[in-house]
Amino acid sequence: MPRPEWLPARRTKESRVSDEALWSKCPKCGEVLYRRDLAANLFVCTRCGYHFRMKAYDRIASIADGEFTELGAEVLPGDPLEWSDRKSYPAKLKSDRERSGLSESVVTGFATLGGHRVALGVMDFHFRGGTMGQVTGERITLLLEAARRDHVPCIIFSASGGARMEEGMLALMQLAKTTAAVSRFMADGNFYVVVLTDPTSGGVSASFAFQADVIVAESKAMIGFAGRRVIEQTIRQRLPDQFQTAEFLLEKGAIDMVVDRSDLKDTLVRLLEYAAHE
Amino acid sequence: MSNNLIVERERSLVELERRIAELREASAAQPLDMSSEIAALEQKYRQILQELFGTLSPWEKVHMARHPDRPTSLDYISRFDRFDELHGDRHFRDDPSIVGGFGTLRSRNVMVLGQQRGRDTKENLRRNFGMPAPEGYRKATRLARLASRLQLPIVTFVDTKGADPGISSEEHAQSEAIAICLQTFTTATVPIVATVVGEGGSGGALALAIADFVIMLEHSTYSVASPEGCAAILWSDASKAEEAAAHLKLTADDLHRFGIVDQILPEPLGGAHRNARDVVTQTLGAVDAALSRLVSLTPEMLLDHRYRKYRRLGEWQAEGLEPVRTAR
Repeated sequence: MPRPEWLPARRTKESRVSDEALWSKCPKCGEVLYRRDLAANLFVCTRCGYHFRMKAYDRIASIADGEFTELGAEVLPGDPLEWSDRKSYPAKLKSDRERSGLSESVVTGFATLGGHRVALGVMDFHFRGGTMGQVTGERITLLLEAARRDHVPCIIFSASGGARMEEGMLALMQLAKTTAAVSRFMADGNFYVVVLTDPTSGGVSASFAFQADVIVAESKAMIGFAGRRVIEQTIRQRLPDQFQTAEFLLEKGAIDMVVDRSDLKDTLVRLLEYAAHE
Repeated sequence: MSNNLIVERERSLVELERRIAELREASAAQPLDMSSEIAALEQKYRQILQELFGTLSPWEKVHMARHPDRPTSLDYISRFDRFDELHGDRHFRDDPSIVGGFGTLRSRNVMVLGQQRGRDTKENLRRNFGMPAPEGYRKATRLARLASRLQLPIVTFVDTKGADPGISSEEHAQSEAIAICLQTFTTATVPIVATVVGEGGSGGALALAIADFVIMLEHSTYSVASPEGCAAILWSDASKAEEAAAHLKLTADDLHRFGIVDQILPEPLGGAHRNARDVVTQTLGAVDAALSRLVSLTPEMLLDHRYRKYRRLGEWQAEGLEPVRTAR
């Protein structure tokens, strides 16, 4: 199908927040922000309120009371399909590792929030677009199994382009694996919260993300099953700007609440209090 | 011009088929013995068939799986002893891209579900080319829950390019519909047997394919993304789809090797549509045999078996849940 002329050939790359840079430019309003101010403001533009995509450890630091005990970090991705397109898959993993400082698209472990012990999973879009490979699924499953064993609530922050192509069907099967783990976890009366962050789509949104008891989304996050471009290509129409935003999903009844990043921790702590026994 | 490689290739056989048929007719009408001519032509026909379809590349299998004459879910379901279709998601509408209902297969009552594409343009439009909307997945969820409650085994047929990517599907929370369907299948307390009969496209296919036993027809495909979609994303070039098909490891053999598919059913030379009747009979026999092995398991055993089956896909280590690193 030929591409309609108004549709750009490639998505325009969003400017990245890198650790080295002293200054970051807001992709929405263009304001140049001093990196330290931006971090102090939880990576929200001080001028327009744009929520930058957060790195996993920055997120954990912004949410946890203090210590974070990581789980599953020893589980590392392999190359089951011996994949190579323009680059080999191991080479892609290597450059993602260097760029993001992560070994996979999710960091999992235990922390306390407002004094409540929780199992915490945080996906990071900077690693392979947050795609779910075998190890992403494995870490999330290990987390849910450990949380079930310890009978503590689980909070997962999603950010994902879906199942990872380079691991083929083994990646798709992680939808089944994580779903099975969520089901067991919930069946035992445990509380499960997901925070949808920008962007969450495909296999992750269609599995463990939308299975939560309470679904929170960060302001303005793009959330959907199909990617915006795929829909535009299919229906040959430009979609309204609001389509697939957190606010759109709230209006359609698909999620429980939209929360600004500055209110997120307090909101999560209140949710944990409602579900706490005794 | 068909955009299906296999249909294109079959054109060269049509002329030969016509000549064989003519010769047969003529031979029946007159005393002349033409059996040797017929045999020679048939020999040639088989030879061409072998050359054309003897070995199929992954990309050719993608086209075989999409062949317009390939048996669809309803071709299998209509050969059940009985089938009573149940409709609707009880919320918004009935989605014709998923069919489901009570059925009796070889004297056993079951709940049957399948993605359904159309055979012609009109039916394809009605069935949205076999791409289910959230309403379809919610119907599947409803019927799977009913099956669990009535202790009816679940039989599914998988044949979809993928879940519908459209405005209304997004407005009706396609992600949630698939997520809950997946959850229902992982927790169903009855045996589930899934058969990939055509194209298994991503999460939209998996929603009906979580099962205790997964069967796949020899030339069906099952992949994380369509080759076209994969090529567009990784190469920014949809014309690399053939290359993507080879990379994706989407054939029955690949998936059997990975432990994702339990049994492969052979197809006649040239594909299932060349002898649909036998293919359907053989498939229903395999489904029945799988059910016979599973019905003796208790619900607890089934759930445990199913959990472990999916748990081990991408399992790096079974033991050692101890925290390994303390950060911050």
